[in-house]
Amino acid sequence: MSGFVRLWPEQASHYAAQVDWLVIGFTGMMAMFVVPVFVFMWVFIFRYRRGHAAERDHRPSGSLKVELTWMVLPFIGALVLFVYSARLFFEARVPPADALEIQVTAKQWMWKFQHTGGQREINTLHVPAERPVKLTMISEDVIHSLFFPSLRVKQDVLPGRYTEMWFQAERPGTYDVYCAEYCGTDHAAMTARLEVLSPSDYQRWLEGADEGRSLAAQGEALFRQFGCSGCHGAASVTRAPPLEGLYGRSVALADGSRVVADDAYLRDSILLPQKQVVAGYAPVMPTYANVMDEEAVARLVAYLRSLADPRPEPATGPSEDNR
Amino acid sequence: MTASEARPAEQFEDLRQQAEADRLGMWLFLASETMMFGGLLLVLWFYRLSHPRETAEALASMHWLLATGNTALLLTGSLCMTLALAAAREGEARVLRRWLWVAALLGLGFLAGKSVEYGLEFQEGLLPGNDPASPLKSGAARLFMNVYLTATALHGVHILVAVLLVGGLAWRVGRGNLPVPAKAVTVEMIALYWHVVDLIWLFLYPTLYLAGRGA
Amino acid sequence: MNTLPTAADAAPRSYLDAAHGLRSWLFTVDHKRIAVLYMLAVTFFFFVGGLAASLIRIELVTSEGDLLTADGYNRAFTLHGVIMVWFFLIPSIPSVFGNFLVPLMIGARDLAFPRLNLISWYLLMGGGLFTLLALVLGGVDTGWTFYTPLSTMFSNGHVVAVICGVFVAGFSSILTGINLIVSIHTLRAPGMTWFRLPLFVWSMYATSIILVLATPVLAITLVLVAAEHLFGIGVFDPRLGGDPLLFQHLFWFYSHPAVYIMILPAMGVVSELITASAHKRIFGYRFVAFSSIAIAIIGFMVWGHHMFVAGQSMYASMVFSLLSFLVSIPSAIKAYNWTATLYKSDLTVHAPFLFALTFVGLFIVGGVTGLFLALLAADLHAHDTYFVVAHFHYIMVGAAVAGYFGALHFWWPKITGRMYPELWGRIAAVMIFCGFNLTFFPQFLLGYLGMPRRYHSYPADFQFLHVMSSAGASILAVAYALPLFYLAWSLRYGQRAAVNPWGAAGLEWRTASPPPVHNFNSPVVVDFEAYDYAPEAARDRL
Repeated sequence: MSGFVRLWPEQASHYAAQVDWLVIGFTGMMAMFVVPVFVFMWVFIFRYRRGHAAERDHRPSGSLKVELTWMVLPFIGALVLFVYSARLFFEARVPPADALEIQVTAKQWMWKFQHTGGQREINTLHVPAERPVKLTMISEDVIHSLFFPSLRVKQDVLPGRYTEMWFQAERPGTYDVYCAEYCGTDHAAMTARLEVLSPSDYQRWLEGADEGRSLAAQGEALFRQFGCSGCHGAASVTRAPPLEGLYGRSVALADGSRVVADDAYLRDSILLPQKQVVAGYAPVMPTYANVMDEEAVARLVAYLRSLADPRPEPATGPSEDNR
Repeated sequence: MTASEARPAEQFEDLRQQAEADRLGMWLFLASETMMFGGLLLVLWFYRLSHPRETAEALASMHWLLATGNTALLLTGSLCMTLALAAAREGEARVLRRWLWVAALLGLGFLAGKSVEYGLEFQEGLLPGNDPASPLKSGAARLFMNVYLTATALHGVHILVAVLLVGGLAWRVGRGNLPVPAKAVTVEMIALYWHVVDLIWLFLYPTLYLAGRGA
Repeated sequence: MNTLPTAADAAPRSYLDAAHGLRSWLFTVDHKRIAVLYMLAVTFFFFVGGLAASLIRIELVTSEGDLLTADGYNRAFTLHGVIMVWFFLIPSIPSVFGNFLVPLMIGARDLAFPRLNLISWYLLMGGGLFTLLALVLGGVDTGWTFYTPLSTMFSNGHVVAVICGVFVAGFSSILTGINLIVSIHTLRAPGMTWFRLPLFVWSMYATSIILVLATPVLAITLVLVAAEHLFGIGVFDPRLGGDPLLFQHLFWFYSHPAVYIMILPAMGVVSELITASAHKRIFGYRFVAFSSIAIAIIGFMVWGHHMFVAGQSMYASMVFSLLSFLVSIPSAIKAYNWTATLYKSDLTVHAPFLFALTFVGLFIVGGVTGLFLALLAADLHAHDTYFVVAHFHYIMVGAAVAGYFGALHFWWPKITGRMYPELWGRIAAVMIFCGFNLTFFPQFLLGYLGMPRRYHSYPADFQFLHVMSSAGASILAVAYALPLFYLAWSLRYGQRAAVNPWGAAGLEWRTASPPPVHNFNSPVVVDFEAYDYAPEAARDRL
């Protein structure tokens, strides 16, 4: 992009601009508390160096008032910025309900992205501008961290657990993406590209990269391939909980507790089925941890979401699928 | 040697100051031990709380009666150490030596009990936890067994050290190398160590055997 | 004015002359000789770690990975981190100057447990050499942080061997901490009340609390990592229900306070250097003393600020952020009080004072950028980038090493009985300040641009700043090596040191240089306050 020297990162979102202002404001405020130290130090060094005539009577050796002043003032100043930054942080951490959903799977040393329309890509991520995008991320091996410098956000990607991140890019363009958490030999090669497209370009890209089947449809194929319907189907012999309308609902468990059937719950139920057994059912489901990778799990979860009862929940996924 | 030991080491003014330093040093060392086992207990409780069902599965297979007997041995050992310290302060070397030997034997008894327990668990396939033949079905139950092994093994090493220290002390008393009550502070140090190792067990025992059992 | 000996009276031989031969050093229980042993050890480790740093900086001059392979680079920065953190920074000031000075400053004949002290040194050497062997022969590619599950299931290095070495060295830390706390409590000379203690002793006390209470948590964490690596016990393995984040909590519970192990002693040194140069009592003695304790205590409660993007709860992150702001207050107190100390002072500017200024300058930059990282939204961007690298190098290398060198120059006459060449000392101080800033300031920009840590190759846009940084590093390397030569020179050709070449207050300046074996020739009774610089003396010199 720009040449040999670059001194400030690109801003691809409003959020990035806000973070930059926070940083500039913080630097300014810190300068107010720090510059006097340097100035006074040099003034004192000059004035009170040995041999230089200066008034040295009534040397103070402490003052409660002075101490309290320089304890309290910087603290109050810092608190103001803390509140502002915590607000920004909260905003960066809570995705809006209508965000476009993308599944991210990290493994040594590549990034894999799956769109709800079924499009899949490696080390490149296409997103539309001016639309919130929510990433649901998981790692196949060690901890990685997906870092978008131009959006000023990053989030660690953990094995065995979904983490989330969202952003809304404003400016179409190509931006660098890095793995920020050290992940072994080729950590430095685990980079990717973020392609922010205008909404119409994005639509064109979606059509061009179409796999023929949406993510949920791919999940449905897996659902049959792994024989899930044999137990979870309506007419099956083995009694297993029905999955229609499950997503987003509160489920009663065998140990008396309740849990909301979200992505994490569905994933755990596929890979660690003994962890949370639904009340009234025998713990007979085998684990699929050895036969299914995280990408396949993500597809299955997308399928189960598409079975959600569309009425009560603010449906997010299905609207994409029905395109 | 006997005569010189009644004098303080050269960095101290007098024996009282030296005893004070020894005591403080020991307490700090024990604080350090506590932080170490504290970390381990934190790990244990973190997994107990995040996997209550699996923990219950593992707990059901623990030999808790054996562990209860072991607990009794350790606690009696603590009593012996207290009696030994009292004897040391009164200058009764023979009584001191007797209680020390009893305490050391009780510690050995604990280790023997623990070995039997490990042996049983090994036969039952509970240990090591990643044995594919383990009767424990869930991963977290096996994880619990593994952390149990780590925690009790680490604690066992501490008991072994305590037994060696107490045995060594008894031997020194027998040889007349430890003038009491002048060096009662040495007995006090080792008794303190014993008590803390004992106390750590009093936290490990309910965590590993009792809490959540058959609930 | 005081009943102390003037130290010139027909003294017994100094601790250096009391015995000769290698055995007399390797089996010594004299705290001063053990301090010298530590000094040799940490100097060795400093240059080994520095060598790895040079490799890293040379590799990063170009954007491709052309000097080292990816694995080679990963092993180089792991070696650099492990050696520098555990075998240089942590033992540096506490074990060298804590050992040498605490008994002298409190008026004691030795530390409370001299044999334990020697054992600590052997533990550090044993652990250090073993670790070094493992790092050089096979290497470890996990980084000094040993993050799971990379270190437990995916690493192709000698993780367990290195963990064993660090574990053993940890006991050295614990024993040194115990020794210092007990000595400060029980061995103070008559009249040496708590508020007459030099601030260096206060900072050593605070440091020792952390050494004793935090190190065991690292020990148990490393035991679990080793067990997981060897036997797959599952504590950090999500497939068995383990949680890799638990490791980070345990690790940073130690490693954040460990940062204060590195910086608190240097702060103590700077308090001594500034007062001795200013010939004036420190401004706000009690505030500076208690700020050390406050840092030690609050420092235990901020570990989560290393995990804002790791997946911990958002609300936990907010609490940790707030606490991190809180812990900056005691540090700010120190900086302000040092400045105020110079007011109406009678200042002599010599090399130790220049090192103290270097410390203050670099520490303030490091501290402020630390607050920047405690700022939640800013950390989402800067976390795990070169911004973090620059920040902690400013604190742990810039400031802490400036403190170490300052102490080395200031107490060199007391330790060796010789003066260092003043001009060279000043040149080194200025070179360190300039070289350091040139090396690490560009890294703040790099980090904000988005350059992630631990990258062996990088996009070409970042090259200019990396070249600047490497250029600075070459200056810094020369500046750090320089004292090695002129200090060695001074051992033979340096001017003989007087009892109190700086005109400083403090018990250590009231005994011979170098001190006799038992530190003081006659019993010490303290009947003066800390930093007892008479104001009249200053007026007389006008």
